[in-house]
Amino acid sequence: MELDLPLVWFVIIAILWTGYLVLEGFDFGVGMLLEKVGKGDRGRRVALNTIGPVWDGNEVWLLTAGGATFAAFPHWYATLFSGFYLPLLLILLALIVRAVAIEYRGKINDDTWRRRWDWVIMGSAWVPSILWGVAFANIVRGVPIDETMTYTGGFFNLLNPYALLGGATTLTLFLSHGAIFLSLKTDGEVRERAEAVARTMAPIALGVTATFAIWTQLAYSVTWTWAVVAVAAIGLVVAVLAGRQGRFGWAFVGNAVAIAFAVVLIFGSLYPDVMPSSTDPAYSLTVDNASSTDYTLTVMTWVAVILTPVVLIYQSWTYWVFRRRVSSHHIPEHSSLTFLPKKSQAKQ
Amino acid sequence: MEVLDLARWQFGITTVYHFILVPLTIGLSTLVAILQTAWVRTGKDEYLRLTKFFGKLLLINFALGVATGIVQEFQFGMNWSEYSRFVGDVFGAPLAMEALAAFFLESTFLGLWIFGWDRLPKKVHLATVWAFAIGSLLSAYFIIAANSWMQHPVGAEFNEETGRAEMNDIWAVLTNNTTLVAFPHVIATAFLVAGTFVAGIAVWWMVKHARADNGHPDVPMYRTAARFGAVVMLISGAAVIYTGDVQAKLMFEQQPIKMAAAEGLVETPDGPAPFSLLSIGNLAGDDPASVQHIIEIPGLLSYMATGSWDGEVLGLEDLQEIYAERYGAVDEFGELIEYRPNLLVTYWSFRLMIGLAVFSAALSVLILWFTRSKRVVDQPWMAKLALVSLPMPFLAGSFGWIFTEMGRQPFVVAPNPTGSDQIMLMTMSGVSEATSVGEVITSLVALTLVYAILGVFWFRLMQRYASEGAPHVEYEEPSEDPDRPMSFAY
Repeated sequence: MELDLPLVWFVIIAILWTGYLVLEGFDFGVGMLLEKVGKGDRGRRVALNTIGPVWDGNEVWLLTAGGATFAAFPHWYATLFSGFYLPLLLILLALIVRAVAIEYRGKINDDTWRRRWDWVIMGSAWVPSILWGVAFANIVRGVPIDETMTYTGGFFNLLNPYALLGGATTLTLFLSHGAIFLSLKTDGEVRERAEAVARTMAPIALGVTATFAIWTQLAYSVTWTWAVVAVAAIGLVVAVLAGRQGRFGWAFVGNAVAIAFAVVLIFGSLYPDVMPSSTDPAYSLTVDNASSTDYTLTVMTWVAVILTPVVLIYQSWTYWVFRRRVSSHHIPEHSSLTFLPKKSQAKQ
Repeated sequence: MEVLDLARWQFGITTVYHFILVPLTIGLSTLVAILQTAWVRTGKDEYLRLTKFFGKLLLINFALGVATGIVQEFQFGMNWSEYSRFVGDVFGAPLAMEALAAFFLESTFLGLWIFGWDRLPKKVHLATVWAFAIGSLLSAYFIIAANSWMQHPVGAEFNEETGRAEMNDIWAVLTNNTTLVAFPHVIATAFLVAGTFVAGIAVWWMVKHARADNGHPDVPMYRTAARFGAVVMLISGAAVIYTGDVQAKLMFEQQPIKMAAAEGLVETPDGPAPFSLLSIGNLAGDDPASVQHIIEIPGLLSYMATGSWDGEVLGLEDLQEIYAERYGAVDEFGELIEYRPNLLVTYWSFRLMIGLAVFSAALSVLILWFTRSKRVVDQPWMAKLALVSLPMPFLAGSFGWIFTEMGRQPFVVAPNPTGSDQIMLMTMSGVSEATSVGEVITSLVALTLVYAILGVFWFRLMQRYASEGAPHVEYEEPSEDPDRPMSFAY
């Protein structure tokens, strides 16, 4: 049987986005909730160190999704990123300062220094949590694209009620995801506060996501994705119920399934388009007209088939190595340097 | 300003900035891995201290390198969408492989290395830093393969129906002869950067301690580090010069006009071509006839280009005619195409690249001589020289990239004289059509500002940690005690 390679790559890219949103979803959630669950410096450090060893590896899922889109669907990559210019720029700026903030926060032993970077960590988690949802909703909704595959819509076209609801969906899902993750990975006061947030956020995420999913179904999707919506709904209901009983392992699984199936809903609604044109359906980018050649797709399929399992194995191993809950007594005293060397401080 | 100019400035600024950080990460990750290996094998405290000392500097550097790398990947789509459409079928492959094979390895194992000191057995922990170093080398390979394809497109053909380059041989793309000489050149530069970094800081400390107190216990440790760095500088410096020479010969075949521009060689000389050390006149390009060379080394250019002291090297005027004949005299707007890259930039960046790299390589001989047979350096001028030398290889690398990218203009994908003539793309044809001037100005200003602010933090942290010296550390065996504090936490 001849493989439909563009379809295969459409599925692979959906998987990469799933990996990214499920993993960095809780990273963003932890970032957004830093103040809420942390309260003091030590509490914030407890929260931050739950993602410490893994957040950077999680972000690579985005770089891989980007690179895979470039290689497998060059037109999709070109139209999407030149078209959604300013939202993407905001996301990139957030990711840049976030990476630096996480690494530099503890490098100087000074309360003001740490406090400022904490605000950067929080702000830079909120921005992409909202904007990824806005971007994906706009892709599903369709944007003005002309006959040369060029986006003609401008910035404000991207701010419409459906897309904003998409933003609220990723935001609430990630807040809930982060709170559940913290409930699983911390102990002590931070855990108590995280569990309280998780119990509040899970029903809100259920409500917002359900509204978005039903709107998507009614306006843009096909019949079979009702089944997808059902699975996502079950995941979120599990997250709510398990959270109430304090079984956060199950809550986490439920929430992760919901995020994964939200991605399936988006991609399922799109297919066979990858970026529908609201100007004229004939101008839409599809899996076929946006894709690379069969040769390139074959090569890339081999690369993905060989390397992805290896990546999954060592990333899972990292989670196993750092499986322990983090509690305030695990956090060492600040041992980093102050701004000025001791001698010159004495002189002043 | 048009979108094209703004997009080029943005690409130049973000790329040069990113590539100040990257060579240090590539070189230093391996050097730290070697230091940690020395500690695991010998158990000597000084190796552990040096591992932690340079490891900390590596992390400060890596954070900003990763952060600015994200822009690199998405910028092609944002500002250069037409370029992306034209090359994606070929160029996207090494980029995706880089993410899948290298970035995951780097980021995952770096997390294990930073947080794993007290959780992993000694040898497993050592393996994580090697995995990180290998990841950074692999990532360099794939991105150089992608860049080399823009300098010398192979393994692909032009499809008239789709109007783009399409890959037909991935092996040819990954073993492009341009890649095979550019990769060792770039890696050798990375080790020159890292070797100078290690040796420079260590020499500074050795002098400081040796002067303050002749018997300071840390002097031998810094002497070890200084000699280690100097040996790396010497080997990599020689490798930079050798690979640069091989690369230059290849470039004379593949992009003759780039190399003629590097020499400010306007007319084809009769007989052996000299190498110009200093020139005056209008290198900026509007009056090439005014270029006069003040100091020249007879025959050297012929040798650099062809391997023979009297080989023929074509000048810019002849090459312009040849290019016009082959690739068209006028563009789509009916204007004459200028195939000469910017002479001022190419001529001087080429010389600065070579000069600064040779300076660093020479410095290593000085350090090795002064520290021979257990000698310790205590002359203050050496400490000063060591500090002054730190940025030199960084600058050499930056000028190298400015040269190779500006020298490729007006092409973004240069035509391959021995391959398919149709695979080529003018830079002006690669820019995004959907993007407005306002959008690119916004991103140019925002990125430049954010990079400038983060650059200040980066510099101050590097300076602060380097000037604190190697910490005293006690190694604790890994344990499963659930209540033990983390050995490292943010």
